[in-house]
Parts: sequence; C-alpha cells; structure tokens
Amino acid sequence: MADAHADVSKHVRVYWIVFGALIVGTTLTVVVANIDLGHTTNLVLALMIAAAKGTLVAAIFMHLKWERSASVWISLGLCAVLFTVLMTLPVLTVNDYPPGVKHDRTGSWDMLPATTVVEHEGGH
Amino acid sequence: MSSELLPYTVKPHPVTGVYSGKLGVWLFLASEVMLFGAFFSAYILLKVGAPLEGPAHWPLHSERHMSWMIGGFNTLVLIISSVTMVMAWVSLKSGNFGKARMLLGATVALAVLFLVIKITMEYIPHWRDGLTTNTSNFWGIYYTMTGLHGVHILGGIVVISYFIGPGSKLWHENPEYYTNRIECTGLYWHFVDLVWIFLFPTLYLMS
Repeated sequence: MADAHADVSKHVRVYWIVFGALIVGTTLTVVVANIDLGHTTNLVLALMIAAAKGTLVAAIFMHLKWERSASVWISLGLCAVLFTVLMTLPVLTVNDYPPGVKHDRTGSWDMLPATTVVEHEGGH
Repeated sequence: MSSELLPYTVKPHPVTGVYSGKLGVWLFLASEVMLFGAFFSAYILLKVGAPLEGPAHWPLHSERHMSWMIGGFNTLVLIISSVTMVMAWVSLKSGNFGKARMLLGATVALAVLFLVIKITMEYIPHWRDGLTTNTSNFWGIYYTMTGLHGVHILGGIVVISYFIGPGSKLWHENPEYYTNRIECTGLYWHFVDLVWIFLFPTLYLMS
C-alpha cells in the first residue's frame, strides 16, 4: 500500500502539468482559429492541437502511458484501425460519381438535382 | 455484491493482465469511439457535400450564432472536472475517502454547470432564434452530436452521484474494489472530456 501511495504521489505532479498543457492547448486553439492562415492550414492546426490534447488525456488521465495489458492495447488498436476507416469513408465517397456525371455544388437544394450528366462530344 | 460472484474485481485477471471491470470499460469505450466516430464521419460528409448557396448551405462561422467564449469556458469546465476526477482516484489510493468524496462532488457540480451553460446559453437561445434540427444539415448534426455528448455527461452525473451516495458503502467493505470502480468511472469521464476536445474546434471555431 505504501508503494502504491508513493507511485500515485509521483503521478500527481504529472496530472498538474497535463492540466496546464490542456489550458495552453485550448487557448492556442482559439488564438489560431482567429488568425486567418487559410482554410486548410487553420483546419489542420486545429485538429493537430485537438489530437495533442486528446493524446495527453488518454495517456495520462486515462493511464494508457502505464498500461501494459495486451488485451487493452489489441482492443484499442483494432478500434484505431476501424476509426481510421470511418474517417476515410467521406473522403472516398465525396467524389464517387459514375463516369460522365459531374457534381455541381453551386446550386441550392431548391435547384436539385445538383448532379448533371456531361454530354459526350460527338455522341450517338 | 461480493467479489466471489464477480471474479477479478481487484486482482488482475491472469489472461488479460487487468481486472475485469477495467477491460470491460475499455471495450465499452472502443464502441463509444466508433459511435462518435460515425457522427464525425457524417459531419465531414455533410459538410463537403453541402451546397455553397441557398437555405441548406453550410453556415459560416459568423452565421452560427455560437460564441467561442461559451464553448471555450465549457471546455475549461470539463478539463477541470477531469482533474478533480483523477484526483479523487489519487485520494482513494492514498486512503483518504473524505477528500475523494469531496472531489467527486466537485466533478458532479462541474458536470451540472456544463449542462446548465449548454442548455440556457446555447440551446434555448438557438431554438428561440429558429435554429432547430430542421433548419439545415449543420443544425441537425450539431444538435445530434452535442445532444449525444450531453447525454453522456448526464450518464456520468448519475454514475458518479451513485458512488458518492449509496455506492460508497463499498469503500467500507472493500476499499480496493471501490477504488477500481472509481478508476473505471474516471476512464469514462475522461473519454467524455476527450470527445468535447474535438467537438469544440469542429463546431465553434471552424468555418
């Protein structure tokens, strides 16, 4: 019990450091979002800061840094793979139109259909 | 419930290397990642496919009537609640049940504050402005994602309150078992915080 107490006491300092880092990260997210660096740069920076904050929460507060169980890591590894697939799906489907069909996003939904068939030159 | 009925509530299971409750919570959280992941995926799909003009267009940041200060303050509230939660576990590990109970109470208070701010300063004014789930795809997915997150906050309040109240009897019967249950509750609570860390920039800051 005394050893466990000593171990936990060592963690407390790390918890406060992570708390500070999360506050700094949140402030940084807001500051970066209010500077116009271009849509893509702003998006990537915001997601990178969020990912860093999320990693800190998972590693330290959720004790993954000290987790040695293969069962937990295998479950989370499988979850990470499936999550990646889930995030990739919109990217794969957004431009997935049959040949000859072009998506037009300039119209509103009142003007549907927003997809148009492109006529082949020298058609039948 | 005695540990004879539920084996490996304190000592690690010889096969998995962790006590059974912890593995169970991690498997549950893996399913939660997929649940929220599906909504984030839907958000991206709806955003990139939305018309650029017209009533169904994706609203710009300035059109959303959402204050980053409210969202940022709520982020702070959840981060502090994560600290109080982990400190409650530390207190139990040190044998200080009174302090742990106080910290768990603070976690519940912060969770309630989060929901009160979300409902009174955002949901109600948005609804009064006519920004409902039917307004556009953005508002539909906004209410779905933040609502689902809110339900998780509510679930956390119920579970933590149980361990402050009737569930605290376990501390006097089996302190290690009680400490492990608080660790499992903490895993869930930190996950709820983690989801908000991604929801905040996605909904409040990105155009």
